[in-house]
Amino acid sequence: MSIYQRNMSLTGEPPKALSTTEKIASAIGIVGLFILVLAFFNVSLPWKGAWLTAALLLIAGGIIAFAKAQYGHKQAGIKNDGVWFKDLSSRGFWGWVLAIFLTSFYIVLYFFPATLGQGTDGAANTGLIGLFDPLSYLLKGQAASQWFVYGTLYTVAILSFGIKFILKYRHNSYEVIRTGSVMFFQTTFAFLIPEIMAGLNSTKDLPYYDLKNIWPLNYYLFEQWNVNALLVNGSLGMTMLLFGVASILVITPILTYKYGKRWYCSWVCGCGGLAETAGDSFRQLSDKSTSAWKIERWLVHSVLVFAVISTVGIVHSYLPKNNIYKIWEDGTVVKQYETFLTQSNFLILVGVGLTVLFALIWIFRRNELKQDARYGAIGFLFTILAFIGIHFMAGTDHLFFFNHGAVKSAYGFLIGAVFSGVIGTGFYPILGNRAWCRFGCPMAAILGLQQRLFSKFRITTNGGQCISCGNCSTYCEMGIDVRSYAQKGENIVRASCVGCGICSAVCPRGVLKLENGPLEGRINSDAVLLGQEPDLMELLSNNKN
Amino acid sequence: MEHIVIIGNGIAGVTAARHIRKLSDKRITIISAESKFFFSRTALMYVYMGHMKFEHTQPYENDFWAKNRIELVHDYVHTVETDAKKVHLNSGRDIMYDKLILATGSISNKFGWPGQDLEGVQGLVSRQDLEQLEISAPNNKVCKRAVIIGGGLIGVELAEMMASRQIPVTFLIREKGFWSGVLPMPNADMISRHVKSHHIDLKEEEEMAEIIADDSGKVKAIITKKGQTIPCDFVGLCAGVRPRISFLKNSGIELQRGIMVNRHLETSVKDVYAIGDCAQQRDPVGERKPIEAVWYTGRMMGEALAQTICGNPTKWNPGHWFNSAKFFDIEYQTYGWVWSKPKQGHDHFHWLHEDDKRAVTIEYDISTRKFIGINTFGIRMKHEVFDLWLSQSKSIDEVIENLDKACFNPEFFNKPFEQIKRAFSSNQQIKS
Repeated sequence: MSIYQRNMSLTGEPPKALSTTEKIASAIGIVGLFILVLAFFNVSLPWKGAWLTAALLLIAGGIIAFAKAQYGHKQAGIKNDGVWFKDLSSRGFWGWVLAIFLTSFYIVLYFFPATLGQGTDGAANTGLIGLFDPLSYLLKGQAASQWFVYGTLYTVAILSFGIKFILKYRHNSYEVIRTGSVMFFQTTFAFLIPEIMAGLNSTKDLPYYDLKNIWPLNYYLFEQWNVNALLVNGSLGMTMLLFGVASILVITPILTYKYGKRWYCSWVCGCGGLAETAGDSFRQLSDKSTSAWKIERWLVHSVLVFAVISTVGIVHSYLPKNNIYKIWEDGTVVKQYETFLTQSNFLILVGVGLTVLFALIWIFRRNELKQDARYGAIGFLFTILAFIGIHFMAGTDHLFFFNHGAVKSAYGFLIGAVFSGVIGTGFYPILGNRAWCRFGCPMAAILGLQQRLFSKFRITTNGGQCISCGNCSTYCEMGIDVRSYAQKGENIVRASCVGCGICSAVCPRGVLKLENGPLEGRINSDAVLLGQEPDLMELLSNNKN
Repeated sequence: MEHIVIIGNGIAGVTAARHIRKLSDKRITIISAESKFFFSRTALMYVYMGHMKFEHTQPYENDFWAKNRIELVHDYVHTVETDAKKVHLNSGRDIMYDKLILATGSISNKFGWPGQDLEGVQGLVSRQDLEQLEISAPNNKVCKRAVIIGGGLIGVELAEMMASRQIPVTFLIREKGFWSGVLPMPNADMISRHVKSHHIDLKEEEEMAEIIADDSGKVKAIITKKGQTIPCDFVGLCAGVRPRISFLKNSGIELQRGIMVNRHLETSVKDVYAIGDCAQQRDPVGERKPIEAVWYTGRMMGEALAQTICGNPTKWNPGHWFNSAKFFDIEYQTYGWVWSKPKQGHDHFHWLHEDDKRAVTIEYDISTRKFIGINTFGIRMKHEVFDLWLSQSKSIDEVIENLDKACFNPEFFNKPFEQIKRAFSSNQQIKS
């Protein structure tokens, strides 16, 4: 056996070292970050506006210069050389350092904003948040908050890493256009429009509303303070509230039917936008095992059920028993509406709505669901029982055994902060860039159900051309084992697929294509690879089931 | 229970095993010295380039084999005793079989070059080759220059691999253009230009005469047939592959270049079959070569043989020829037959995009206008559509007219089909 006895591990060597230009670019970005660090430690910086501008430009410039150094001199094409040798992108030392840094940042941001310099009780902002005051005054005439700082940095990250991504995939029009889309939606819908609108309405307190942030991702949309704040703003507020309801009930199903959930998750969504741009270097770290897939399905759908019940419980708690809805402020009624939505009508409406939806799925998609339908039924039953529970709790301030406020803050804390922020983004370098989208996002769960059951979207495979190389699976950020379908000649129709298109891009043999097509034959689990003469092909196809 | 023993866990052997399991309850054992679990050989290059880790090249999770009751033996077969229906392993263990499937694949060709067995000289076929490559050419300090011999698919892959680690490469090809024994000259030239644009020192019509060693028995240079000395620390032998059959020499199984098989993939000895790269057809199918060292052929032979083994005798009867590859950034697909020079009575239509990265070549019959085959570069095409068109004997005119229906490019990619149509009609006007 001598010729086979070589106990070498198959790990490789560079190209992992940084070139000189890459080092200079990194230095520029770090100087920008360092200004923010100085501000954080309350080093007094005169002309804050200038320092802030310098910091943001240096950070963005550093990222873009790095990207140019990395990809600019190379021909257009797939740029994954050395991904698994580089420490940062293969869970090495620097990967962990970055993960710990990001995680700490999120913990401070969510739970200790005072550390960042958030002024409380009317006191002026100091530190990092103070540094952002000039920009905040410029946009909306108010002092900055921790969320303004976060929003600004978030937008800068999506824009500059977006440019990096476009340089990297410049040969691929789908990737270029898609990335342009997430950059646009982040800058306008998520950042400029809400901030400027908040400024225009500063007297009436119109809440910050990112129009593309849809319930249940936007879990506070139907909370009392938000609904009231919208309602007191007259027709504009009412329109926004109705748009919020229409988004999830009408707009979302139509767009998902036509294009798959990608229209949202990888073209519009802010979380997706960050994952696709700043998180791109970590997409290969998602877990592809079947056990991870199992955890994913249980976790993400549980979060969805949790989101539905807690939202229904919260809305129920502030709806009137009779048909007059009053908005109180400082002990007086500032506005009142006659409404059909009493507590019990609301519960009945939601209950009937869910029952009809579930019945339709059961009748029309029974065969495709098979065993998953049983889990769906369990989730449905659980939800309806919860509604009955809510009904009997009416009049108390409890949702089952928990206080409403407690349920609300538990959801906000566990899902909104810890899952989506601290774990979802902070752990990019460990769990991959879509851990939140895959395991936690209730919006992704709803869109995923729609995509699996009522959508024209699928990834098709090309005849017998697959060579099982594994690039598609490796670079799937959602942890889908794309190869396992491609090497059987089957279409990929998975609830979790966000349609980023990278599997198709990295395929060396032109096997994968994202498509919207007819519903018939969309799920083709009896498909076989092309290549044989027709009789044997048919036999193979019959053997498969 | 019948015991099926398969030697080799590449795509041919593993496909046969999987399909036998689907069709039957037979006991299945796969023996491989190369690796414990099946991996995709075509993906080895991506491991060296850092796109993937070795485990990513394994298409099935490790518990797949036990779940499907496919026994894996990680050992080397040194002899096969067909009279006693037994294989002897290096560990000393013997395994009895009822039916034996030989799927041993290929080794790199060596043509007796002086110095071909020196340290730092190797091909790229097996996992062990990759491990050896990590020793001989881990970076451009240990390997200051590499020389690659042979302008084929493995050669260009190896060149791309070395380039990814900034190792300077001299690439010697015997022909006038890259792979021009297979590709028509305009295609071959375009790929040659593309390879050179990646800073590969590609030398056409140049062959290696001998390899020179330093004092420690390691390669230090090569001398070409034209007498040029090229100093280097690594020589990649990529002048094709041949069946891995030396262990069968005294087995009584008829061998030529490969293991001789009939159309049922049976060897000269009863209950012994051969599939994949190592099989040589007594009676080649259509225009196909008697030995096809191609992933897809291995896979399809596995599918066909599984039927035979499970009681449904099935001839090796593949459909229309297809293949694919990637040359640095340019993807290549082919459907039907496009010969390097048009066959008697045939002609070629060539189209080249101004970006020099996209091209189409179509072979057709001049008198009947029948479409014979297509090469596409930088444009993805649908296998299913071309398979159908070939079965329906479409004319080249119909094919050109409907190329967009066969396009498999991702959404939003621009499609040059109008340009191709115009080029075709002016080409035909000149000819008429």
